[in-house]
Amino acid sequence: MNKNKEQLLNKRYKAEKRFRLFGQSAIFMALLFLTIFIFKIFSTGYSAFQKTWLIVPVNFDAELMMLDENPTKQDIEDADYYEIALQSMWNLDLNANEDQQNQLKRMVSYFFEREIKQELLKDPNLLGKTKEVYLTASDDLDQVFKGNYPRDLPEDQRRVSDYQLKNFDQLVANGKVESKFNISFFTNADSREAELAGIASSFMGSIFSILVCLMIAFPVAVLAAIYLEEFAPKNRFTDFIEVNINNLAAVPSIVFGLLGLGVLLALFQLPRSTPLVGGITLSLMTLPTIIIAARASLKAVPPSIREAALAMGASRMQTTMHHTVPLSMPGTLSGTIIGLAQALGETAPLILIGMVAFVNTIPGSPMDPAASLPVQIYIWAESAERGFVEKVSACIMVLLGFLIIMNLFAQIIRHKFEKKWS
Amino acid sequence: MNLILFTFIVLLGFTSYYFGRKKAYSIQSTKKRLTALPQFYGYYLAIWCAIPAFIIFSLWAIFEPTIVKLLILSDYSNQGYLDDELNLIYEKTKALSRGQFTGEITPFIKASAEKYLSLRSIAQSSKAVIVLSIIIASVAYAYKRISSNSRTREPVEKFLNAVLFTASLAAILTTVGIVFSLIFQTIDFFKVIPLFDFVFGTHWYPAKAFVRDSSEALDPSMYSDTFGAIPIFAGTFFIAFIAMCVAIPIGLMSGIYLAEYASVKVRQYAKPLIEILAGIPTVVYGFFAALTVGPFLKELGTSMGLEVSAESALAAGGVMGIMIIPFISSLSDDVITSVPQSLRDGSYAMGATKSETIKRVIFPAALPGIVGSILLGVSRAIGETMIVVMASGLAANLTLNPLESTSTITAQIVVILIGDQAFGDPKTQAAFALGMSLFLVTLCLNIVALRVVKKYREKYE
Repeated sequence: MNKNKEQLLNKRYKAEKRFRLFGQSAIFMALLFLTIFIFKIFSTGYSAFQKTWLIVPVNFDAELMMLDENPTKQDIEDADYYEIALQSMWNLDLNANEDQQNQLKRMVSYFFEREIKQELLKDPNLLGKTKEVYLTASDDLDQVFKGNYPRDLPEDQRRVSDYQLKNFDQLVANGKVESKFNISFFTNADSREAELAGIASSFMGSIFSILVCLMIAFPVAVLAAIYLEEFAPKNRFTDFIEVNINNLAAVPSIVFGLLGLGVLLALFQLPRSTPLVGGITLSLMTLPTIIIAARASLKAVPPSIREAALAMGASRMQTTMHHTVPLSMPGTLSGTIIGLAQALGETAPLILIGMVAFVNTIPGSPMDPAASLPVQIYIWAESAERGFVEKVSACIMVLLGFLIIMNLFAQIIRHKFEKKWS
Repeated sequence: MNLILFTFIVLLGFTSYYFGRKKAYSIQSTKKRLTALPQFYGYYLAIWCAIPAFIIFSLWAIFEPTIVKLLILSDYSNQGYLDDELNLIYEKTKALSRGQFTGEITPFIKASAEKYLSLRSIAQSSKAVIVLSIIIASVAYAYKRISSNSRTREPVEKFLNAVLFTASLAAILTTVGIVFSLIFQTIDFFKVIPLFDFVFGTHWYPAKAFVRDSSEALDPSMYSDTFGAIPIFAGTFFIAFIAMCVAIPIGLMSGIYLAEYASVKVRQYAKPLIEILAGIPTVVYGFFAALTVGPFLKELGTSMGLEVSAESALAAGGVMGIMIIPFISSLSDDVITSVPQSLRDGSYAMGATKSETIKRVIFPAALPGIVGSILLGVSRAIGETMIVVMASGLAANLTLNPLESTSTITAQIVVILIGDQAFGDPKTQAAFALGMSLFLVTLCLNIVALRVVKKYREKYE
């Protein structure tokens, strides 16, 4: 009998341990996913911050460029650089046949002409001389150099030919290939060529959308929260508003995209693909988040504050505007920042209002067509070229960096400025 | 131009505030009692400046384009153009006047564009004159009216109250906007495609509904067996089901562990770390699913002799599940922590172990809240877009094999609406009809979930 009891107890203890283990492994799994995730993004993305350059001697031959003896600045600006650019690439292998010459040309980006021109514009004395110039390597060679591209594939499955590889290895052996920090990733707009594509246009698009979103959502949400928390009579109508807000917070984001498409674009005829429309759409989406946060922090202000102000003869409006609202601001602000961080990561509604269009200029105002960072991630992820994979990851890293900064900021505001009432 | 005018009006507002306050001070200096603080007199005048400006600006924004269009098109009125053609002419005129026109410029259009520009500039300057004169008149009128015994605080506060109330209507307006934007297209869609075919049809192939020539008559038989939404609905719920298979066990167990077992320190670090998963943008999950999980599953399947699609429902659903873990874990954590301690104490007093207490006492007590959190998770999974668009298939297969690709409501909306849309085309309308069904399904789920959670909270508060 006693033995039986002990067995039962043991069994129960084992069940206890097992249950605990389940809990631990659930936490472990969740954290494992997070780690794999972050690791994967960083391990594929970090190399995008480096860019491979080929150092090629360029002969600035005035004759080939159709320039006179003493050209003016304008002449240099207008000169033909294609020939000398071609020549300098062909000089890598003097015995190349026509096909091979073509391959040599494709070892650098199609931008190489312009890079050579920049060099001469910087120093016009180079005319007639030969100088080594940094040229952006094509994205395939860039990937080869970073070790992201399998060299042992059969030649016909590779985008880099054996001939190009041979010449490239020759350059590497001579120390004529260099990897430098990829500034153009941050300053260039989007491009069809992976080696030239940058995040400047989508970054500005994101900034403009978020600013528009902030300017609309913040005041409206704060005013609405003040009304609902401080002034609204308790009746059916305010209940209805409340149900509405809670529902809106859980409506799928793509529905807001349909709203933007159906109302803002089709009905109000606002310009397509612009951060203005994107920002308005996002602001409707963030509105409930901010209202809920603002109401919570208004609710946290103790009634004694209001009673004291009222007792001193302040009107209800004065009490609210002079005392309650300022005291609730830290909570409201941190809620706003969290709402904006959500909006910053939102993709689907922006795709529907056309912010997915290919934009190769940097927008200067919210009325110019633009993409946004998450949409840029989507666009690049759908591109077939290998060079875009690391770009996507790098873009994700930039986006996550922003989200982390915003969330930290929200935390700091909350901890530093929020009064603890007790 | 508008910006300058706007700045000017704002400046006028500040000046009238200043004058109002000054007048209040001067009344005060004559030893008369004021009925409100001096700044209320200022606010009062500023409101007299803002309201007429707002009214005129909105009226102008509504009527100016229509009037300008009428005036421009009056030149063409006797030449027998159709309405559509007239609209086209007007669009061309506008484009040309903005310098964005890229077609053949006929002298007619050029003349219209010049007329358009001159009309616009007349409109602009007359707007400025009218706005400024009315504002100055109204402020002057109000300035004359205020005296020592005029009430200023009450109207100012009433105005503020009205502003606050209007702001609180924003949520209702948004809901109305959503319904409004969805309903007309949906109704148009069901005029062409019978509701029955949409809800019970098993074949979804919107690409077949190519963009029609607008002159061609609409032939409903052309679209039969094209917009059967069963495969889409099935795919949506299937992927959501896979996601919940991942999210419920992990989320629920983490919630329970965090609430009942974890030490303060573990909780302090693990909880925010898990919540990071909820903060990662969904497009990032989509990229992860498409680039890492999909190919990995495919390779794994091939090595086991299974045929796995690179865009399998399993990859999309699994990653979506990871995304939903924090929603379930946080909410169930909250729910479990709010179960009163007395229930636990009672159970321990009877000799139950911790896990027995959780399983037999706390879990049943917290069940409504947990169900609510799961429903919210399901609603997330159904509405999730980017993961599905990037990692799941775009062709609608009716299948229950998680290794094949399926498509969802959200993915189809994106596929149909990406790029240029032709409103009035059944294909575009189909996207709105899908959006409507998505909105309705998630709305029901949300209402039920929120109600359950609220009821539960009230029970223990």
